This record gives sequence, structure tokens and C-alpha cells, in this order.
Amino acid sequence: MSTAAGMERLQFTFRGGRRVGAFAPVLVGVVGSGNLEVLVEPGETASCTVDIETSARGFGQIWEAVLRDFHERHPLAGVRLSINDMGATPAVVGLRLDQAVSSLEQPRP
Amino acid sequence: MDWKNLADALFPDSHSIEVHGDMLCGTGVVEGRTIAVLGTTHHAAIGVGLALNQARIVLDTIKQHPGRPILLLIDTQGQQLRRRDELLGINRAMAHLGCCIDLARRRGHRVIGLVYDQALSGGFITSGLIADACYALPEAEIRVMGIPAMARVTKLSEERLAALSRSSPVFAPGVDNYVVMGGIRALWTGDLAQALGDALVTAPTVDERAADGAARGGRRCAAPIIERVLDAA
Amino acid sequence: MNPSYAECSARERIARLFDPGSFHEWLPPEQRATSPHLAQLGVPCAFDDGVAVGRALLDERNVFVAAQEGEFMGGGVGEVHGAKLTGLLRRAVRDRPSAVVLLAESGGVRLHEANAGLIGVSEVMRAVLDARAAGIPVLVLIGGANGCFGGMGIVARCADTVVMSDIGRLGMSGPEVIEASYGVEEFDARDRALVWRTTGGKHRFLSGDCDVLVEDDVAAFRMAAIECLDRRCPLSLEVLEAEHVLLGERLHAAPAGADAVAFWHQLGIVRAEQVSDLDAAGLRELRASTALSR
Repeated sequence: MSTAAGMERLQFTFRGGRRVGAFAPVLVGVVGSGNLEVLVEPGETASCTVDIETSARGFGQIWEAVLRDFHERHPLAGVRLSINDMGATPAVVGLRLDQAVSSLEQPRP
Repeated sequence: MDWKNLADALFPDSHSIEVHGDMLCGTGVVEGRTIAVLGTTHHAAIGVGLALNQARIVLDTIKQHPGRPILLLIDTQGQQLRRRDELLGINRAMAHLGCCIDLARRRGHRVIGLVYDQALSGGFITSGLIADACYALPEAEIRVMGIPAMARVTKLSEERLAALSRSSPVFAPGVDNYVVMGGIRALWTGDLAQALGDALVTAPTVDERAADGAARGGRRCAAPIIERVLDAA
Repeated sequence: MNPSYAECSARERIARLFDPGSFHEWLPPEQRATSPHLAQLGVPCAFDDGVAVGRALLDERNVFVAAQEGEFMGGGVGEVHGAKLTGLLRRAVRDRPSAVVLLAESGGVRLHEANAGLIGVSEVMRAVLDARAAGIPVLVLIGGANGCFGGMGIVARCADTVVMSDIGRLGMSGPEVIEASYGVEEFDARDRALVWRTTGGKHRFLSGDCDVLVEDDVAAFRMAAIECLDRRCPLSLEVLEAEHVLLGERLHAAPAGADAVAFWHQLGIVRAEQVSDLDAAGLRELRASTALSR
């Protein structure tokens, strides 16, 4: 779905997986050219929901594939991932998602 | 408006405003009260020298005429875009001018800015925007940057920027936008001497521009964000 | 291993520079205080609009902190970003921390928010001067690859103390804008050595436009910030008169042209040609031997 003049908003939901205990929100990455930020928060449902706002339109299927792979590596439940993306490659997206999970498991002080 | 006509309209009783290169300075009388006047004309490019010359006048006013109001007349194309000025620290010279104006305010001098032709970015931040309040003539324009340079930096096309300058308050250079956003307190029309006299009485001494922007609807987020930072646990 | 300050993100700088675990953020990303203007231009938002603000401990002293993320929109100040800085500075006047430490990395006004950014920067400038007048020291640290330019370059020089590394740059107009206006003969933006001689930390340190020069190292910035915590320079007529004399003399004494090496020679720097090869300690020795040493 396109929003005004150029941003694309995507949403994905993944079911199954293990619940993560309560945690403080975690942010990884920076919104810059070829980069993205990922905010991980406790979710309101039992699923893993992913909300993406991206300036690189038309890559819905690639996002779906990357996120599906990610959810197989880290089957989290009850979390909400929110992404602001400025054209990151699938490799960078995967990296940031993995970094986000690492931060959950070992929260920085 | 030509600065001479402006000066005559602002000070019908008397004034001694002169031009030295691109700089205006002198005094004017409003309701029997002497006002220090300084500013620029010819769409001045503000280099190190011009910033310092203006700062000198502000400092002299603080020293020799405690409490005398100061009127800044603004017509500038912004900072001088020369390597020499960068080398010599144009940002520091501009900060110095701004600090002098700010000191004058804290020492009880009412400082009023008036954009009478154009104002760009750096040349404006350190003059009109550091005054107690800044006003403008209706036909004046305020810009952050010229469209060609802006296109290069933002990677938005010139056509897109030109269209935005017509349609979006955030981009449009008309001073009425700046009023709605809170950056300009009001436009002066009709009797300019009266407008100046009123401003000297009514200009705020604390920064109300975020509140103005929210109340007028042109800049709705700034004031609530400031409050949220103040109130955050 | 000492992390490069330039290569750290804003949040990494905060985490490493202040006492471990002491940073408490106001308006954190999950509150989504984002720009109302970027989506219409097809530009993604950042959850923190490119600046993290809050309080922290620095050597166990309470400080307020802001760190601009240079990778997001070049660190440009938009409506929300500016309001976060202004709110932080106004809160400092109310709550009276030991200092406000601003990790600045910014091109100035965020052009995508044009008018809103310009007014916002101006509100930050007023708020810095209010904090200074209230006796709260404002320290600006400049060490990011984007430098500190435009309206933020003015704001930096409104603070009590400026700390830079050689990677940092401080000025008003970037070299590209100058080259675009007056041509490559005026300023070749691709000549990196020229760019850094003109606005980089070493030049600013020798000319007196920055107070402390450190290596590109978070620990060095931390130490410098601690040392400058009590460096309070309230503005008075006397202080501004002295500044005026200094800037006037510098302008009149400066050799014609825009050559940094000639300028340094005139300052009394004996080995001006070697400046680019020296480290921060070497530069400190050079500056101490000139009229600038206090």
C-alpha cells in the first residue's frame, strides 16, 4: 500500500514461535541511505508482527522472504517489529534483524 | 521596499539612518524616543567583516545608550559563500553578532527585527531571529536556500521544489507562512511608524514562537514536543 | 581498543562516552516522536527524528545530553528534532544539571523541512543562550564525519566550550555549496585536504575557534568533556568586547586569500606546513607557543 508521494507501508504477521519475556524496547540501526532501523517492542498479540515503512517501493515479496527466513531463525512470539527503511539490501535487513534479537537477549545497559 | 522609503515611513518625525556599503545604521525617533537602527541592504551577503561591523554597533549601543531600543532592518542573501570567510570563522562572527544582540535584550534593550525585502538562512538566524520578535513587510520573502542549491543537496528536483514552494507552508518563502509557523510575529501594513511603536510595547521578551506556531496551526509539533521533554519522567 | 568517535552512531557515542548504563532517554524511539513533514516527500522517518536527548552521569555528575545522528538526513534539524533540543535546554534551566553536553553532527537546517527547520534552529540558539545566561555550561563535541555546519555552526559558537577532533569540521557553508556558487577555483569540494585545512578541527584549534582538540577516540572526548564540565563563561559586555577585539584583530591581521598555511604562519605557528601530519598532542604544543595560549 502506498502512502503519499513515495513511501510504501508493508505489514506482515508470523504465528507460532516462543514468547519472549517482558523487555524494554530495543532499537538497532540508523535510517540512512542503504540502511534501516528496527524497533522491537512487546506485541499486543501472540504473533510476531512486522510493520515496515520504506522509500524503496515494490519489494514486498523480497521483504516477505527475508522476514520468513528471519522468523525461522528466531521464531519469536508476542513481539512487534517496526522498521523505517531507506533501501537496505536483504543482507543488511537480515543483519539488523539478527542484531535486534541479540540486543533482546543481551540488553545493553 | 527601498530602505530610504522604509526609513521615512518608519520615522516620519526624524531619522539619521545612513548606508555604508551594505550596512544601514543610525537612529530614528518614535513618539519622542530614540531608537538605534542597524541592518543591511542590497540583499547583503554577510561576511565576517559585515557581521563584526553590525556587532560593533550593538555593543556601542549597550555601552553608550543603556536601554535604547534597537531595530534590525533585514535584507540579506545570507552568509557570504567564500572560502576565506569559512577559513576566518564566519560562523563564529555570526554567533558573536547574535550574542551581542542577545546581550542587549538581557540588558533591557527591546530588540525588534523587520524583514523588509529578503532574508536567507544564516544571515537571518543571527539577526532577526535572535531579536525579541521579528516582523516583516507583506511582500518580503524568507528562504532557507535557493532552489538550485537545495535541489543539489536534497536530490529533490527543482520542479518538485518549485511546486512545493507554491503549495507547502514548510517550503513557501512568503512571510505569511512564517507568521503561521510562528517565526514572524506579525506583518506590518499601513502605518509602519504605528506598527513599530506598537511592537516596541508588545514584543515578548521570552521565546513564544513555538507556542505561536501551534496556536496558528503552521507548526503544530514543536510546542508539544518541547512540553513533553520538560515533563518526561 | 579505543572506538573511533567518528565511526560510532549517535547512540553508540552516548553509550560509550557517559558513565555506563547512566543514560536515561526522554522521548525514546518507542514514543515515535517523528517528523510530520518527511513522508510527503517520500523520505523515511526516524523514530527519534535523528536526535537522542536525556540525562546521564558523566564522572558521576548529572548532565543533560543530546546526540545528533549524522547518518539520518545529515543530522539536519527538523521541527521535532529542533524541539527536542530546545526542550532539553529549557529543562536544563529548570533542573540545573552540571552541564548540557551536545554531541553535534549536523548540516544545519534540515532542508526537507525548510522553514520549520530554520525557525527550529533559531529556537535552539535562543535556548543555548538562555542556558548559558542561567549559568548552565553548554559543551559542544564535534567529531562526526558530517561536521557541524549551517545554523548549528552558529549554535556551536554560542556554547561555553567546543571540543573537536581533527575529523570534525565546524563552519557555516559546506564546500559543495561554495563550489556550486563560485566554482571549483573558489573551493574544490573534492580536495579533502583543502576542506579539512579550511574547517577541520586542527585549523579551528589553531585559530582558537575550538577550545580543545582530541584524537578521534570516544575515551578522549569523554576525558575532555569531564575536564570542561566546570568551564563556565557567562556572556557579559566585557567578554563580548574582548571577543570583538579578538575577531577584529584576526580579520585585519589575516593574510589575503584563503590559504590556511599562510594564516597559520601569520599566527606564529612555526611549522605550519607540518600541521596536517601532527597529532592532537603536537597541535596542543604548537598552540601553546602562540599568542592564543591563556
